[in-house]
Amino acid sequence: MTGSDRDTVLNGIRAALKRGPLPDPTRAELDRRMADHAAHVVPAIARGTHAELVRRFLETAEAAAATVATVPPGSEGAAVERFLRQHNLPTRVAVAADPRLDGLEDRGVLTVERRGTPTGDDLVGVAHALAGIAETGTLMMASGPHSPSTLNMLPDTHIVVVRQTDVVGGLEDAWARLRAHAPEGPPRTVHLITGPSRTGDIEQTIQLGAHGPRRLHIVMVEDTADGAAV
Amino acid sequence: MHVTSRQFKDNIKGAVSDANLRHSLATMKTGFRAKRGIAVAALPEFEALRDAGKAIKDHALQHLDHYLERFEAKVLEGGGHVHWARDADSACRAVLDICRQHGARTVTKGKSMVAEEIELNAYLEKNGVRPVETDLGEYIIQLRHELPSHIIAPAIHVRKSQVAQTFRENHPQFPADRALEEPRDLLDEARTVLRSHFLGADVGITGANLLIAETGSTVIVTNEGNGDLTQLLPRVHIVVTSIEKVVPTLEDASTILRLLARSATGQAMSSYTTFSTGPRRPEDPDGPDHFHVVLVDNGRTGMLGTEFHEALRCIRCAACINHCPIYGAVGGHAYGSVYPGPIGSVITPALASLEEAGSLPNASTLCGRCEAVCPMKIPLPRMLRHWREHEFARHLTPPRMRWGLRLWAFAARRPALYRLGTGMAGRMLSRMAGRRGRLSSLPLAGGWTQVRDLPAPPPGGTFMARYKRGQTH
Repeated sequence: MTGSDRDTVLNGIRAALKRGPLPDPTRAELDRRMADHAAHVVPAIARGTHAELVRRFLETAEAAAATVATVPPGSEGAAVERFLRQHNLPTRVAVAADPRLDGLEDRGVLTVERRGTPTGDDLVGVAHALAGIAETGTLMMASGPHSPSTLNMLPDTHIVVVRQTDVVGGLEDAWARLRAHAPEGPPRTVHLITGPSRTGDIEQTIQLGAHGPRRLHIVMVEDTADGAAV
Repeated sequence: MHVTSRQFKDNIKGAVSDANLRHSLATMKTGFRAKRGIAVAALPEFEALRDAGKAIKDHALQHLDHYLERFEAKVLEGGGHVHWARDADSACRAVLDICRQHGARTVTKGKSMVAEEIELNAYLEKNGVRPVETDLGEYIIQLRHELPSHIIAPAIHVRKSQVAQTFRENHPQFPADRALEEPRDLLDEARTVLRSHFLGADVGITGANLLIAETGSTVIVTNEGNGDLTQLLPRVHIVVTSIEKVVPTLEDASTILRLLARSATGQAMSSYTTFSTGPRRPEDPDGPDHFHVVLVDNGRTGMLGTEFHEALRCIRCAACINHCPIYGAVGGHAYGSVYPGPIGSVITPALASLEEAGSLPNASTLCGRCEAVCPMKIPLPRMLRHWREHEFARHLTPPRMRWGLRLWAFAARRPALYRLGTGMAGRMLSRMAGRRGRLSSLPLAGGWTQVRDLPAPPPGGTFMARYKRGQTH
């Protein structure tokens, strides 16, 4: 059944376009186009010096209703704790098993409930971003052994650590990062996250905190003096 | 596709006198339209992106078979499954089969217009599988047993007091005297109720805004996060989507993403743009074990290569709907199709039939706003005119209209006769209108004069008569 539907659809397309199957040279050309990854129109907001891009990332993220804090390397845990106390939120957190977040456990100011996949009851989740996209203040989160995707969605409060060196200009730069991170093809889930969840479905009144997180807090980790991330 | 567009003319009478609907539609001007305007003005490259987006979709449609095959190969390579569906019935059966394979009793659903088009919910219910809509707007209309009235804001016609009433009737687990006045209260209650569905569902169904041939990824663009919880928590993720959504690469997708959210809600990016590629990997801590993509045709190949070909570029942003004066006056339900507004009036006759949906291409003043705001530059007014031509050629227009048009055509081909006729009619109308300059009733023009006066032609004759006399104004 499915086999015949497949033929019906593909042959239908060819008949409608008044041609048969594409000749091999054309197919090879199309495959080359796919492999080239050529960019089209890249807006000016996706370009600039790295310092400009970092500044723009923080501005655009705030414009999308995220909150941001820039901290020196090693003080991620303190930054997370400060944010939670300021907002009178519980300091029990579910943290991704990413080794770059190990420091959150060490300091003893936070109660790390679990490392890894959250349950429906975890109120605060801490994750690490693969990149920050300056163009729109977007975080790129890639699923993997140390980064469960449900951590981006289930907890009420979503805290994301992103390194300054991982801030890129536009979507195209983010794809380059993703391809370098996973050369065999994208991980199962890649989330581009811009602000907390929201809905305008009741009388077009925007409400933050729909089914996903009600708050998104970004902890930006500064580069070390020699320009490299810790 | 099942439509009730034959009742369009009756529906609009109810729609224009519905006070709740009037209120809801009035917010569109300050809502979607104003926000889009601000977002577009803030991006100097928007026009260049429109041209690039159009070129990408034209290229993808021209080589649609190739990119669909490449997409399919990538999904299979990643351990997913692809099901081709020539029509709605085949698509619904494919989804039900997957549900049965996994012994699914309840499924959660993210918002999908293709699922609405193929009437998937009714099919699943009939076959013992309970679908729960999780997008807030879709959830509201599912409880109210209604169809969506807008492609990105399905419950735009419902006021908050009506949502409160619906929730009181359907959520007996909460105290009867709870506060449900504010949108926040309503949202929090829906969030609580749907949480348990997310965590308990056997299968999650989403749509897709884009398919990426290069990677075999499906992409959803959402704000609520429901589409993510729908696909991440159950063991099985089914994507119900249509064949024209495929683009070659992530770079191609970037251009469309830059256009989509700005045109839809005026956001630079929606809260969540999610790329799903195959099932979870062995080492992944979460995500679905099974990944199925149902590729629906359901009339789309019938549009390829015709004068409606370019409508397949549509990315379902709803900008044309938000800017349409007709939609703004009658709302979505009057159209009798899950796709309302200008794009709906073009694709509904193609996906259903012109016999069923012939009223829709006529529900337009051809003002051109839809084409002006369309991020994919679809020539919607031209297509509406094409449908009117088809309607006339296939003798689907009512005899009175055909006679009227024939009479007009006869005169229009004879300029002297035409001028004589219009001159006489003009003078007669001016005389009948008297000093008021307006007519409150006129034989054969009841459709107009029932609800408003007809302005009479000003004295001084027709344009041609004045022109001959050398008058400039």
